[in-house]
Amino acid sequence: MLLDLQGVEKTYPGADAPVLRGVSLRLAAGDMLALTGESGSGKSTLLHLAGGLDTADAGRVALAGTDLTGLSDAARAGLRRTTVGVIFQQFNLIPSLDVAANIAFQARLAGRHDPDKTAALAARLGLSAHLRKYPEQLSGGQQQRVAIARTLAAAPQLVLADEPTGNLDESTADGVFDLLCDLVAETGAGLVLVTHSTRLAAKLPRRAHLHAGVLT
Amino acid sequence: MNRAIWAALIGHWRRNPLQWITLVAGLALGTALWAGVQAINAEARASYAAAAATLGETRFAMLRPTSGDAIAQDTYIALRRAGWDVSPLIEGRLRPSKESPVRLIGIDPLTAPMGLLPTPEGAQAEPTAFLTGPGQVFGPPDALDRLPATVTAARIAAPDVAPNTVITDIGVAQRLLGRAGKIDRLLLAPDQPLTRRPLAEIAPGLELIPPQESADMARLTDSFHLNLTAFGLLSFAVGLFIVHGAIGLAFEQRRAMLRNLRALGVPLPRLLALMALELAAFALIAGAIGVALGYGVAAALLPDVAASLRGLYGAEVSGSLALRPAWWLSGLALALGGTALAGAGALWSLARMPLLASAQPQARARALRPALQAALALGLLGLAWALALWGTGLRAGFVMLGALLLGGALALPPLLGVVLRLSQARAKGPVAQWFWADSRQQLPGLSLALMALLLAMAANVGVSTMVSSFRLTFTGFLDQRLAAELYVTAADARQAAAIEALADGPVRAVLPLMSVDTKIAGQPATLHGLRDDPTYRDNWRFLQSIPNAWDAFAKGEGVLINEQLYRRAALQLGDVIPLAQGLRLPIVGIYGDYGNPVGQVSLSESLFQKSFPQVAPRRFGLRLAPDQVPALQEELTQKIGLAENAMIDQAALKALSRSVFERTFAVTTALNLLTLAVAGFAMLMSLLTLAAMRLPQLAPVWALGLTRRRLALLDLARALVLAALTGALALPLGLALAWALLAVVNVEAFGWRLPMFLFPADYARLNLLALAAAALAALWPALQLARLPPAQLLGVFRNER
Ligand SMILES: Nc1ncnc2c1ncn2[C@@H]1O[C@H](COP(=O)(O)OP(=O)(O)O)[C@@H](O)[C@H]1O
Ligand SMILES: [Mg+2]
Repeated sequence: MLLDLQGVEKTYPGADAPVLRGVSLRLAAGDMLALTGESGSGKSTLLHLAGGLDTADAGRVALAGTDLTGLSDAARAGLRRTTVGVIFQQFNLIPSLDVAANIAFQARLAGRHDPDKTAALAARLGLSAHLRKYPEQLSGGQQQRVAIARTLAAAPQLVLADEPTGNLDESTADGVFDLLCDLVAETGAGLVLVTHSTRLAAKLPRRAHLHAGVLT
Repeated sequence: MNRAIWAALIGHWRRNPLQWITLVAGLALGTALWAGVQAINAEARASYAAAAATLGETRFAMLRPTSGDAIAQDTYIALRRAGWDVSPLIEGRLRPSKESPVRLIGIDPLTAPMGLLPTPEGAQAEPTAFLTGPGQVFGPPDALDRLPATVTAARIAAPDVAPNTVITDIGVAQRLLGRAGKIDRLLLAPDQPLTRRPLAEIAPGLELIPPQESADMARLTDSFHLNLTAFGLLSFAVGLFIVHGAIGLAFEQRRAMLRNLRALGVPLPRLLALMALELAAFALIAGAIGVALGYGVAAALLPDVAASLRGLYGAEVSGSLALRPAWWLSGLALALGGTALAGAGALWSLARMPLLASAQPQARARALRPALQAALALGLLGLAWALALWGTGLRAGFVMLGALLLGGALALPPLLGVVLRLSQARAKGPVAQWFWADSRQQLPGLSLALMALLLAMAANVGVSTMVSSFRLTFTGFLDQRLAAELYVTAADARQAAAIEALADGPVRAVLPLMSVDTKIAGQPATLHGLRDDPTYRDNWRFLQSIPNAWDAFAKGEGVLINEQLYRRAALQLGDVIPLAQGLRLPIVGIYGDYGNPVGQVSLSESLFQKSFPQVAPRRFGLRLAPDQVPALQEELTQKIGLAENAMIDQAALKALSRSVFERTFAVTTALNLLTLAVAGFAMLMSLLTLAAMRLPQLAPVWALGLTRRRLALLDLARALVLAALTGALALPLGLALAWALLAVVNVEAFGWRLPMFLFPADYARLNLLALAAAALAALWPALQLARLPPAQLLGVFRNER
């Protein structure tokens, strides 16, 4: 099992109610899941727990066979380098590095850097002309495509995308979304994609809805 | 409305007390640095004034009777009528019942050369009282206490009078010594009118004695004062940078609040006026704290606080200390002026801030554009270079110093930028590459703090090089030239013979000092005859020499020359130089001879006497146990009739001068630490401010798999790397500063060049200290980063932002 969540609970310090109250979810390699839910329902929180970015209060999170419970900071960072790729809604990129370095960064961290593959990815995502630019010189859509290229260049087993097209206008969003899904499908990685657009969610084979702290 | 704006402005500080503390502390520390250096300068000055006073009137050229009699009043009047600017002096000993005698000097306050009059403590001295009636006697308290009861004159404490000496009006002195109408010597003011009749015409019985050698020492100390003043300016610059940094941060941190106030309709002029007022108030508070802190630190640094406090704080009022108004004013002026300078820029950018500007503090906005800054730095350094080559005059020297300083500081960020870019290009791994790229991004936000660090370190390198060079020069000079315990000058052959005969008594060695002026290898030089003696063998340090140089010298097989002659005439060890008719000898050793303007050749006594039989020794160095010096002086006056000023107790003078130097040295070392601590604090402030702006830069890297611990360690490493690079650039800048002071400013001010020594161990230690300061400054922000909750890092990616 690629991702295995069982009875996961999370309450933010200072908050009066838990965000997640026993969430269970299983994802196999190649599975592509759309996660929907209202704003503030805990979708991002769930994604963060699945990616080893934050820790659950109770329940079990296992990633590619590794139980994250009680895992050290360093070990979770290792999983983030090699096993998961996370695409956030915005500010994904490292501001001090140019596009080429940003795309190669995670692959090089994971020890899987392949210049030809990276160049091909950049070309597929229409970034070839922008490789020497810095993130602040790119439009929002371009920035998201760089983030996608970076994630896929590292060839992770699991891709977690948190409203990757939420900040883009509709036509741009559709293009980026399709590209992401196609590319992930080609690599055979698992995908959990958060979106509040039911139209986009409908394009994915699996769907889940988060409401009142539980998945339905 | 004003009250509402005040509430908002003050409310920000109340919610962020740390920011307020950093602002006030930054201002206060900048001021403290300046005030402390000023205080220490004043202390050094006072100490040197006391040291210089021991040199007394031998600093001046004088007229002395050839016969040994007193000078008649008529001769004095005739000389003054003929245009000679001379001032009469009488001296003698007042013998209290049992204790050792007190030296009494009578001078004419109206005609005495500048710098000879005592400076009394407080302001009780009445010039008319000095002149008339029973008058006043000035001297150090212990000398005054020992005066016999017959002295009815008012006793005024004057710490700058030499130990064991009192000074009074010549009329009073003549009465006390029972020598009415007599004058021992006539002192010549340094500047004499060009048209005056020759001495032989007016007063054939008088001879002109040039100023004593110790005048060189007075010039050494003058030069030291000047250099310390220059470093006062340097600390001022460091203080300004830190104040500037503190103000800039205070504005950046409140960007969001200011934007809100503007959006709520607060008129810009009113906002600006209130903020200016607020800043002025803070500057006053911080300035006051800074001045007090500076003096506190200075007082703590000076080993003998009791003595120094008097100099620093002015009058003592019923046991409590009163600060001098001038110190307060200059300290507050720095705080206010620095704040105004920095605040003007910040207010200007606030005035131009668009209403919808980003609420995020912008590190970049605070830095000049790199190209402009590099051009400015190049221009200033070019100016400094040009002035070093072609500038003349003391003012040009100081302008050069300023240009060098400012140019060096401005050059730092562009240079660091280049180094970081090169490092990034050479970096192999992704983390290393990011490390350098990210360091480049931090540079604008850190550059003010780094510039302050650069100046602080350059000042340290400069000041330690200068002071250490000075100390070496000074002690070398003292040891070589003034090795004997007592120096005496015989008035005639009879006295000379009597002095030579002392060698059989308590005196271990009598060293005749003979010289003739001549030309060697086309250079004006003095030829010295030296008696072979352990005094020279033990004390003279050779810069270069053949093995057993002293033996060759003693056998008359070679000569020693000083460094000045060696450099000017381009001579080498082993070169044979013509010394006199039929006398040619090789150079067997070269010795340092600081403060001496002309070349010097030393040859053995027997050779000298053979070549210059007409020169009879009149000056002698006497080696004896230091505690026997007073007794011998007494004996020489009584039995041989030597005049008081014909004897110089060098041991006491040397000990005093040395203790002054050691104290200054200890103080500068401590001051260096203080400067570094202040620069470290400036760095801490910048890092803390940057920490808040850094999350968007760190969060993606963290999400991609670097632990917070690793990021914190990288931040620590970044601070160290930047500090090390800054240190590497500070070294040449500091050496250039020291060079500018020793070789340019000093030459312009005094006409001679002080040798510069290098102290690599000191510089290495300084760099380690700077690294430690940087590490300490970076430690807290790094610890905060290592403990940052992941949710806060994830917040960067949230929709709400
Ligand atoms: N660091 C945090 N501290 C406190 N509350 C938080 C934090 N992060 C998120 N929350 C709260 O948790 C809830 C779920 O947030 P999130 O997972 O971002 O929801 P979604 O992504 O579905 O919009 C929200 O109510 C949000 O305000
Ligand atoms: Mg979300």
